[in-house]
Amino acid sequence: MKDVKVLGPGCKRCVATAEMVQAQADKLGVPVSIEKVTDYAAIAGYGIASTPGIVIDGKVVHAGGLPKPDDLARWLAA
Amino acid sequence: MSTTTISCCKGGPPPVAPSDKKASTMKWFAATIAALVVWGLVYSQLVPFSDWIVAQLPVDRDSHLGAAISFFAYDTPKVLMLLTLVVFAMGVLRSFFSPEKTRAMLAGKREGVGNVLSAGLGILTPFCSCSAVPLFIGFVSAGIPLGVTFSFLIAAPMVNEVALGLLFALVGWKVAVTYLVFGLGVAIVSGWVIGRLHLEHWLEEWVRNLRATAADLPPEQITVVDRIKAGLEAVYDIVGKVWLWIVAGIAVGAFIHGYVPSSLLASIMGRDVWWSVPAVVLLGIPMYSSAAGVIPVVQALLAKGAALGTVLAFMMSVIALSLPEMIILRKVLSIKLIAVFVGVVGTGILAVGFLFNALF
Repeated sequence: MKDVKVLGPGCKRCVATAEMVQAQADKLGVPVSIEKVTDYAAIAGYGIASTPGIVIDGKVVHAGGLPKPDDLARWLAA
Repeated sequence: MSTTTISCCKGGPPPVAPSDKKASTMKWFAATIAALVVWGLVYSQLVPFSDWIVAQLPVDRDSHLGAAISFFAYDTPKVLMLLTLVVFAMGVLRSFFSPEKTRAMLAGKREGVGNVLSAGLGILTPFCSCSAVPLFIGFVSAGIPLGVTFSFLIAAPMVNEVALGLLFALVGWKVAVTYLVFGLGVAIVSGWVIGRLHLEHWLEEWVRNLRATAADLPPEQITVVDRIKAGLEAVYDIVGKVWLWIVAGIAVGAFIHGYVPSSLLASIMGRDVWWSVPAVVLLGIPMYSSAAGVIPVVQALLAKGAALGTVLAFMMSVIALSLPEMIILRKVLSIKLIAVFVGVVGTGILAVGFLFNALF
């Protein structure tokens, strides 16, 4: 089970990012638990300056804008 | 790897199956160049096109209505086309920057140099007002001085591609460059002044106590095709959002163009009317979403004798000081700090307005 956190205050792109993660995980057959982190202090604690951000198993892999599907597949498979 | 479609680029050329990466890159290149050539051909035909439209209508070209219609028929496609081009170019350029890279560049810079760099990066770094708060906290928690952070936050929305693209399209490159230079000036000086005031204790307490180390992001692999896609995405995003405002703005502009007598505007917004500058700055603060629609009106105002300084001050106020952004920033700034922010930036804009009216 991969622990994925989507960092973002709840903007449209953050929701879209969470959906992309879920869709890509389903496609790859990787079990994931997605948690949305919306608290500003918690988001800043991960050391990013733009949202949406993606944290997989405690490691920040992406910040700012929608992720590319290829990258998502790579991060989830790692 | 199966075919992947990028959902964001509905307006762009159809995605190419990545059978051969190099061939796909070449196709994207060819498509981009072909699109630019088509753009140029269509653009060069706009004057005959608008003349033709007016000629089809049973109105005299020199009547009020004729002047208004020909202004609308020529300016609408012209503005939308130029805006699309500028937004595309900015989208490609911005794919080289990110808030995280900008923060790394600003970290450890002194005030002064930091303010200049920060305002400049504010134009180039991709930014939307919805991410103003994460960006603000991300900068401040990494130890970037408050004033330097403000220079960024002032420049980023004020000197944006929509404002510059529209000014360039409607009023000409000289006014666009003037706006760019003075917009940067206001951002640099306002940020520097806020930094000198040492208002860190007016931040919300949880922001003050936050210290975060910058995330160690894996290096991005961005290809040329990705950059072209970023440009298309920007066009889809921005032009898709503002085109209606622009058309409405040009319609109002066309009305002013055809019907409002020059002497009326010169008497209200002329350079001899000193109070018009503070009046338009105050008027501009609550206006925001209509920024794209304001500039076509601005052009018509200029053409009818309104002073350049007054009009520029109005534009800056509409774009740089917006109520929605202040409400968002309230999460991290105290009311007092927001008031100082509005006061300092507003004063800077006033100065630009007065300076221009005195000089030109």
